Amino acid sequence: MSNIAIRVEDLGKQYRLGEIGTGTLSHDLNRWWSKVRGKEDPFAKVGEVNDRTSKGTSDYVWSLRDVNFEVKAGEVLGIIGRNGAGKSTLLKILSKVTAPTTGRIKVQGRIASLLEVGTGFHPDLTGRENVYLNGAILGMSKSEISRKFDEIVDFSGVERYIDTPVKRYSSGMYVRLAFAVSAFLEPEILIVDEVLAVGDAEFQKKCLGRMEDVSRNDGRTILFVSHSMAAVKNICTTGLLMRNGQLAYAGTAAQTVDYYIANFLEFNNAAKVIINKSHRLWEASRAIIYESVEFLNAFENNCYSIQDDILLLLKIRSSIDSQAFRIAFSVFKIDETPVGTFFSNEIFSIKKGETSEIELVVKNHQLAKGQYYLSFSIGVGDETTGITDYDIIEQTLFFEIMYTDSLREKMITLWEPVFGNINFQNIGLKQK
Amino acid sequence: MQTTDALNHTEPASTIPATNKEWTEVIEPKTNLLDLRLGDVWRYRDLVMMFVRRDFVSTYKQTILGPLWFFIQPLLTTITFIIVFGQVARLSTDGLPQVVFYLAGVTVWSYFAATLTTVSTVFVANAAIFGKVYFPRLTMPVSIVISNMVRFLIQFGLFLVIWLFYVVRGGTTIQPNWVIALTPVLLIIMGLMSLGLGMIFSALTTKYRDLAMLLTFGIQLLMYATPVIYPLSSITGEIKGISYKTIILANPMSAIVETFRYGFLGSGAFNWSYLGYSAAFTVAILIIGTIIFNKVEKSFTDTV
Repeated sequence: MSNIAIRVEDLGKQYRLGEIGTGTLSHDLNRWWSKVRGKEDPFAKVGEVNDRTSKGTSDYVWSLRDVNFEVKAGEVLGIIGRNGAGKSTLLKILSKVTAPTTGRIKVQGRIASLLEVGTGFHPDLTGRENVYLNGAILGMSKSEISRKFDEIVDFSGVERYIDTPVKRYSSGMYVRLAFAVSAFLEPEILIVDEVLAVGDAEFQKKCLGRMEDVSRNDGRTILFVSHSMAAVKNICTTGLLMRNGQLAYAGTAAQTVDYYIANFLEFNNAAKVIINKSHRLWEASRAIIYESVEFLNAFENNCYSIQDDILLLLKIRSSIDSQAFRIAFSVFKIDETPVGTFFSNEIFSIKKGETSEIELVVKNHQLAKGQYYLSFSIGVGDETTGITDYDIIEQTLFFEIMYTDSLREKMITLWEPVFGNINFQNIGLKQK
Repeated sequence: MQTTDALNHTEPASTIPATNKEWTEVIEPKTNLLDLRLGDVWRYRDLVMMFVRRDFVSTYKQTILGPLWFFIQPLLTTITFIIVFGQVARLSTDGLPQVVFYLAGVTVWSYFAATLTTVSTVFVANAAIFGKVYFPRLTMPVSIVISNMVRFLIQFGLFLVIWLFYVVRGGTTIQPNWVIALTPVLLIIMGLMSLGLGMIFSALTTKYRDLAMLLTFGIQLLMYATPVIYPLSSITGEIKGISYKTIILANPMSAIVETFRYGFLGSGAFNWSYLGYSAAFTVAILIIGTIIFNKVEKSFTDTV
């Protein structure tokens, strides 16, 4: 007997884009006619790889294509990737909620999936009735649920309300009870999707703990889809990175998370960037130019914590004499959304033909977790006098806000109240 | 670094089970049309009973009259029929007391109509649950048939009470006979017929919502093509050589209603061939329904 729990072979899933409406019947007839004549499905070949940012030429799209991988029994596999990378589709097929278009999945053992907690909960039924109903939907027999009932109620901590209809529950209580039922499933393979994003911090911890218990002590196979890199790194043994419906990387959980951080979205993890033509997307006089920009306190892969100051060194060169000019920088999210801008006063000076260095410290930035990049400009003037930019450089340094502490041990899993109160008032500037 | 390409080529042959038999399950795009997984439904029988219970508890929670509604529905319908068809239109009831005559028809018909209507919306109504977790989808329609059957039995009890009243009091043409023994058979045929038809409609409705509209008033119209408010014996005349009676009998529900009335009231048309036709129709529709339902359940989440 092999020790492989799941084997995915050439898996593909095609979706039709746009509205399903008047075209449906004619396409169906067309398909049927091809089938009768023994030809291929005329709409099956036209699909293309799923890249939602570029407009495709076809109405059909492959949200999964040629996916192959294996999961060994007892493995905890973390699946990561951007939204739309095909993670959820993969889980849906694994949970048999929808069928694949091509390929097959071979499974060894009973699968239970948690794409959502509390599926089938009926608001009018009491907590007790819902535990039985939800348990049965998830595949437990009545006697199995009765046997675990006390444990489930104990885990959820809503004992007092167990005979009250769940519509009277607070949303927290509802989720606790729902998760508790799922937590006591005993399948050989458990599929979990983002259910940990619910409940308060204490309960989240309890859930994560329960998942670890299940995998380590009971030796079950778990497939875990999450946006939380920290959770994947902590819980999972192996990882899978998906991009545009295909596998981009497979390895240990730590390797996969590192690969994601280092390579995703053209994220450039260089700590120093020499400025060249590719950064200069805008026309400017280039009287004073940037030569290079760098992180002085760069950490591995430019990953900062929310407590770190960000230290920058900007090298500039001038072909004019200037007594007063300013610098500015802007922070963009990796998807090019501007986040914030800082303009200095005209406090710098430089002589013709000289080079100079400017040190810049961003203290207490309060950026939310995520990936960012920096663009810079150098110039004179303001809105009333008219702005003249000598040089504008874009998409230079990339960095990620990832940890909660400056030792960079704890990744951000919870939202902090300071997120988004972006603070570029507290900037230190020094010309050398 | 291990990439997708590497994965494709690292297939140590020794770990591959020799046959598919060693896998508990293989998830594939298409399965055999006749692979109905009825065993799965049996394994989930606790769930079926849970759904039945949920239907009952949730329907009458927070109502003042509670389960009394089971009686109010057929009684009010019967009263309406007595007024409209009995008093105003003066349709024949074969000389039977109108209350028993209409109540017999209403009780039988409403079981069929309610089951068919609910089963036909199974996919659309349960899209949220079906989209999140797998359990044999057939459990849902089966549970609907069962919970409607329980409802029928309660309403049938009401019918029995009123019927006994007339039988004991005497003075009517009511003549119960051995055909009463066929009642369970009628119930099973009706349950399976509505299940089969409902599954066909539910499967097609996932793609073509038009059918849902069609069904709602289709059932209403079908009642008039079934001897619910009139006895089959009152139908005469023909169109282009085909008698109206044949047309009414082509409706497989007609034989059921007529047989039911014949058994309890002694008037109506009982004929083995009529009943045999209904049974054959049911078997055919049930097989077709199950196959279509199973085909659609695999991918309906993409179209619903």
